[in-house]
Amino acid sequence: MSELRPQKSVVIWLAGVAVTVVVWFLIYGQLVGIANWIISIFGLSRESQLGEALHFFFYDTPKVLMLLVGVVFIMGVIQTFFSPEKTRALLSGRNGGAGNILAALLGIVTPFCSCSAVPLFIGFLSAGVPLGVTFSFLISAPMVNEVALALLFGMFGWKVAALYLGLGLGVAIFAGIVIGRLKMERYLEDWVQKIQAGHLRPEQREQLSWVDRFESGVHHVKEIVGKVWPYVMVGIGLGAGIHGYVPQDFMASFMGADVWWGVPVAVVLGVPMYTNAAGIIPIVEALIGKGAALGTVLAFMMSVIALSAPEMIILRKALKPQLIAVFAGVVATGIMIVGFVFNWLL
Amino acid sequence: MKQIKILGTGCANCINTMKMVQEVAASKGVEIQVEKVEDLPSIMGYGVMSTPGVVIDGVLVHSGGVPLRNKVESWL
Repeated sequence: MSELRPQKSVVIWLAGVAVTVVVWFLIYGQLVGIANWIISIFGLSRESQLGEALHFFFYDTPKVLMLLVGVVFIMGVIQTFFSPEKTRALLSGRNGGAGNILAALLGIVTPFCSCSAVPLFIGFLSAGVPLGVTFSFLISAPMVNEVALALLFGMFGWKVAALYLGLGLGVAIFAGIVIGRLKMERYLEDWVQKIQAGHLRPEQREQLSWVDRFESGVHHVKEIVGKVWPYVMVGIGLGAGIHGYVPQDFMASFMGADVWWGVPVAVVLGVPMYTNAAGIIPIVEALIGKGAALGTVLAFMMSVIALSAPEMIILRKALKPQLIAVFAGVVATGIMIVGFVFNWLL
Repeated sequence: MKQIKILGTGCANCINTMKMVQEVAASKGVEIQVEKVEDLPSIMGYGVMSTPGVVIDGVLVHSGGVPLRNKVESWL
């Protein structure tokens, strides 16, 4: 289909992307001024509690949404170069730490929806991807995602985003290596063990043009941002309330760095909660403003995203309870280490 | 009449895919029979790794994510 399109449309796309990038940066640079102007319409200033809360809301909402659109678009284009089939072929038969590292990295760029975790899991195993390597992928893919990174970058800057990226990959690699060492293959459900390699569809991917890739980027934005924006709004709304009304250092007493039990409690609390990074990060930012330690809230966030009860229920169809327990235990341990390291470093 | 199967464990994307297939079929006046396949071993039997997958008359035509509308139109 794409070869019928005139070459001109690529030029139009490139020009459109270039103009959008320029406009994006122009608006992004003016967001503080725009937020000040909006609250001044209501006759408020940042001195008052209500003014501060509204300013937080009117500054952070457009900032986060703009970052999301930008990063998700770029990721949508990058993902057209990857597919679960390609990733599987790259990982097949790779033993040892290198396989785990590669799997965790591919987890960032391979298109993945948590609802297809089980088919993907089985597809990997049946093609000879080792169990531990498969787990590295399955842990990294939802946890180290572009939405979390875009939000962390927007609210805390690139250092925290980079730390999250590095430590998230670290947890995925560590957990995968541990699970691989434990030789847990017999704790897969029987029907999974029966599925034979070679039963799977060979890779057949149509050639994509750049127009297709850009269109995929736009499609990705519609799909992801269209889904997460209500969470972002609610998260920033709650964050704004905390920002304006919760007293300074209120959080320090139970979420501060010197409260040793803060990290484990945060991880345990995160398991039954199921939301995405988009909803939780604005709240996290507001909590940190009130004295909560970054490690503690990041551990909470990772636990909410990576260890969710609904995902485990889905995985239960393919894994026996012992393997689920080991998976949850190893990942929780990894996240706790991340929490303590963050609290200790910052 | 085309036999269409939507492979997926019942997530939002699978439901959206099914709705879109039905909409496109209705607007093009194509008669179809849609069936949802939610049972994991059968989904795996089609060799699909990412859901939703779409099978038309026994042939797998799509897997992973909600298909683009023009793609759906080209199938029917």
